[in-house]
Amino acid sequence: MSSTGQGVVVTGMGATTPLGGDVATTWDGLLAGRGAASKIEEDWVDTFELPVKIASQLAVEPTEVIKRVEARRLDRSEQTAIIAAREAWQHADLGDYPNAEDGSPKVDALRLAVIVGTGIGGALTLLGQDDILEQQGLRKVAVLTIPMLMPNGPAAHVGLEFGAAAGVHAPVSACASGAEAIAWGWRMLMANEVDVVVAGGTEACIHPITLAGFSQARTMALRNDEPERASRPFDTGRNGFVLGEGAGIVVLEREEFAQARGATVHGRLAGIGTSADAYHITAPDPEGTGQSRAIAAALRTAGLEPSDVGHVNCHATATSVGDVAETVAVKKSIGDHPVLTAPKGSLGHLLGAAGAVEAISTILSVREGLIPPTANLEELDPDVTLDVVAGEARKQSLDAAISDSFGFGGHNVCLAITPA
Amino acid sequence: MATNEEILPDLASIVEEVAGVDAAEVTAEKSFVDDLDIDSLSMVEIAVQAEDKFGVKIPDDELAKLTTVQDAVNYISNHS
Repeated sequence: MSSTGQGVVVTGMGATTPLGGDVATTWDGLLAGRGAASKIEEDWVDTFELPVKIASQLAVEPTEVIKRVEARRLDRSEQTAIIAAREAWQHADLGDYPNAEDGSPKVDALRLAVIVGTGIGGALTLLGQDDILEQQGLRKVAVLTIPMLMPNGPAAHVGLEFGAAAGVHAPVSACASGAEAIAWGWRMLMANEVDVVVAGGTEACIHPITLAGFSQARTMALRNDEPERASRPFDTGRNGFVLGEGAGIVVLEREEFAQARGATVHGRLAGIGTSADAYHITAPDPEGTGQSRAIAAALRTAGLEPSDVGHVNCHATATSVGDVAETVAVKKSIGDHPVLTAPKGSLGHLLGAAGAVEAISTILSVREGLIPPTANLEELDPDVTLDVVAGEARKQSLDAAISDSFGFGGHNVCLAITPA
Repeated sequence: MATNEEILPDLASIVEEVAGVDAAEVTAEKSFVDDLDIDSLSMVEIAVQAEDKFGVKIPDDELAKLTTVQDAVNYISNHS
């Protein structure tokens, strides 16, 4: 918790999620504990007899926000990234940039990096264009197929948008990708490689094959008749996650740089921790060993003691093993005192965007002293012996909070957030 | 063989569809790159759609020579 000007601060946030088309409406939805999932109104649900008929779909269609021609050149996961990035950039008040009408940005392009992760990449383009190739032939395949399907596409487009010349990166670590992008940004800023990093995650892959694949792995919530109540982290009635789509982007700056330009600071990314389970390709280590190492590393890099941490914004996807394993990791690394929430009850699982959107929720909790409830938590799993916020948001002043993100492959990324 | 007057409006609507340039802006003397701000990938998309629309083949080396809208209209007119 230094204030020597050497840290990393958050100066902008942007999001488009199943709860709302921006950060403000998303945060309102989280505070209200509103479940965002809904029925999928597509013929393919019945065509393929999918066991899952619900998803957490974007509240605002990207094509309502961006120009038609822009939309046709971008995969849906790129559209969401651009929308969230523009909101974050504007929120940070970084000025005009190459695509704007006039003026120049407030950061040197050579000191600006973009890091946007995704779990799956441009799956809708890949699968859609494959259908076109098979049904209509080569000549109908889109010229822009490759830049639309490549997983670095969202990062590349956001980089082009702002003219970021110091580097454009796209970490891919499944459901930890968005958090990993932010962690990567912290490292670049702490190494004084850049002054500003636009970082986050994006995902848009609601498609029969993803639903079929996750269903076959027995990881998905099946409460089709009550979609808004289907995602139930920490609840005894949980039976898997609800697939979601969206994007979250933050603007991170070297504290010294933000101070010099008089930027409004919304919170500090005080430290980060990453680890790998080295245990199983999909199952979490039930002892939470790798996860607790990541949390401990975040505390260490932030210079925090476990007693400083009042809140953990959990990864908790509402699978039976994963949710409990995470609480074991929290107890090991921090103790019994942090108050937990699980945003996926409201948002569903945004995969590669989850870590970034949930980091924003954590930043807002620390800034506002307000912890959103875990939507749909009605009967706490008796194996969870920590205080989980349910019902309504809880007022609590926070000196520090942790945002957890874990991904298939055993990727663990934890972010330590402290007040501005 | 289609006349220039028949080709231009259809070509303009393809340019509008692909690049978002108002079809009314797509006039004969305009340069695709310098005036209409169309990049090389968009030119390829326009060529593919024009090939289908007008029943012509526009090989890459010919496409590279089509600087203005009039050049494209002439090419289509001479090859359809």
